[in-house]
Amino acid sequence: MAVHIREITTARAISEAIAQEMARDPRVFVMGEDIARYGGIFGATQGLLDQFGEDRVRDTPISETAFIGAAIGAALEGMRPIVELMFVDFFGVCMDQIYNHLAKITYMSGGNLHLPVTLITAFGAGYNDAAQHSQSLYGVFAHLPGMKVVVPATPYDAKGLMIQAIRDDNPVIYFMHKGVMGLGWMTMLEAAAGPVPEEPYTIPFGVADVKREGTDITIVTIGMMVHRALEAAQTLAGEGISAEVLDLRTLVPLDRDAIVQSVRKTHRLLVVDEDYRSFGMSGEIIATVAESALDYLDAPARRIAVPDVPIPYSRPLEQFVLPNAAKIATAARELVQGA
Amino acid sequence: MPVDQKTALSLYQQMLVIRNFEETMVQVYMEGKTPVFDIGGGTVPGEMHLAAGQEPVAVGVCAHLRPSDTVTGPHRAHHFAIAKGVDLKKMSAEIFGKETGLGKGKGGHMHLFDPAVKFGCSGIIAAGMPVAVGAALAAKMQHRDDIAVSFFGEGAANQGAFHESLNLAALWKLPVVFVCEDNSYAISVPKGRATAIARNADRAQSYGIPGISVNENDVIAVYEAAGEAVSRARRGDGPSLLEVHTDRYLGHFQGDPEVYRDPQEVQRLKQRDPIVRLRQQLMEQGWLTPEQDAEIQRAAKATVDEAIAFARQSPSPAPEEALEDVFVPVG
Repeated sequence: MAVHIREITTARAISEAIAQEMARDPRVFVMGEDIARYGGIFGATQGLLDQFGEDRVRDTPISETAFIGAAIGAALEGMRPIVELMFVDFFGVCMDQIYNHLAKITYMSGGNLHLPVTLITAFGAGYNDAAQHSQSLYGVFAHLPGMKVVVPATPYDAKGLMIQAIRDDNPVIYFMHKGVMGLGWMTMLEAAAGPVPEEPYTIPFGVADVKREGTDITIVTIGMMVHRALEAAQTLAGEGISAEVLDLRTLVPLDRDAIVQSVRKTHRLLVVDEDYRSFGMSGEIIATVAESALDYLDAPARRIAVPDVPIPYSRPLEQFVLPNAAKIATAARELVQGA
Repeated sequence: MPVDQKTALSLYQQMLVIRNFEETMVQVYMEGKTPVFDIGGGTVPGEMHLAAGQEPVAVGVCAHLRPSDTVTGPHRAHHFAIAKGVDLKKMSAEIFGKETGLGKGKGGHMHLFDPAVKFGCSGIIAAGMPVAVGAALAAKMQHRDDIAVSFFGEGAANQGAFHESLNLAALWKLPVVFVCEDNSYAISVPKGRATAIARNADRAQSYGIPGISVNENDVIAVYEAAGEAVSRARRGDGPSLLEVHTDRYLGHFQGDPEVYRDPQEVQRLKQRDPIVRLRQQLMEQGWLTPEQDAEIQRAAKATVDEAIAFARQSPSPAPEEALEDVFVPVG
């Protein structure tokens, strides 16, 4: 069977995934703020209103508690809702429905109730949207039991993981990095467009992807930071340092085996995390290696993350707190060559 | 009498089962918690919120519902569950934390879910309201004339979720009945010290939906008002807000010293016990003899006793089962 591959943006890959699933399964519908006529502030739902109509593609009032809770109620009645939380930073106004209800009703009912809800949300910094619109809070959601956490970095991964999310009978929080969506009004990132098969396909959760093979150091990362790490790896290659870039793709479930396998090969670990440094993803990765592969480390584990400060507005300040290719390369160099 | 004999007797019988269950739970809950009250001790550890006195709201509304209508309830929900037709044995077993419970012991008294009759409750104030809106949305999208009923307290009417839910249900004309159960207290805070207006039913106006107040703790009055709201929803005319006054005979939770309440108050409230009142009305109508009443009471007690016995005899879950049921198979 021929597979037709073309270059499309991450945003297009996501909306295509949703459209294909909506065509295949009448129970799938979408709701959220500005997702219908506007096509989603970050382009995730472009074209859906025209194709499927208002009953299945619904703009909501600014009532996250109500419409995310409604997604729960609809899912309990056999629908498969996709609901958008525009910026993950807004979770504060509706977190109860997410972590106390969406994430826990299956468990509290002894597995008798299924909640096939996909919650899509945008995250990420670098364009001066300041403290309340720039966060990468996947660590918060990954910490709380009962929801899968998916963070694609490329158009190809975005489509496969989205179709998987919609078909999963469990709650999935699907994080879209604003910088990899391929939006015309954001700084251009070459990797925001990439080869994506036209036909539907799935990518299983809990399977990390080696985006670049290497032998001297393992860089574990997710989201936009995958691209910063690849940039750094390219630079390092020119200096004779071979860096392996491991894209986790999902935090829940987490592919711990892939992390350990890579570290056993390279003996050095660098974690790059766009979320706040303390009590989050970077600590979890390092703990995993400390528990399962400590003897394989030839140097202490290191992490580059956003320091424990709100993300500042002013460009020099924001650039100071964010991980970037130069910081990654410096850290890798130090780990490989000895500081 | 605005209802027929069969209906009136059914309402009476259900209220008796509920009252019996709640009063039995008062005793059962205290097992193993004396001489010094230890909330984590005994047969039924944890919090316990009982609804003795509040039977009319549950029974009067749920009498109009089908198994395929959804009901969401708050932390004090035994009466709603029983009135909705939840399996009493499995519900009791869940309250006791047993493996045979509705949630295999994982939910407990505040988190009872019975998919067979689409009943669920939650310990977070007002959190059931958006979920009911969603169930109603699904019914509409699937072209069913099933409805959703959201039960919540007068305290919940000040929570953001209340306002968001009423607005969304009104905007999308969804088949929901929002039932505000006003038992005068949000734990210890009386309504007058929490709500800026006198009647929650008046809030319906802000959302362009009908708001009805039932001012007495009377199952027939609730039945009549609820009938209109349910019909309205079922025929596609959208949501309503029903505010029902009721009386909470017990504390907010079992063990509550109720220092905020005049000790004579409950005695006064019990003088207008809705079950006693209905019994009198039924006998005056000639619809109930003392012998029939004795039989109904005996049967109600037997139903409750059987459920409690089932719960007692059921095994506890194996400890490692705590790790199961976070997710279901992918699908």
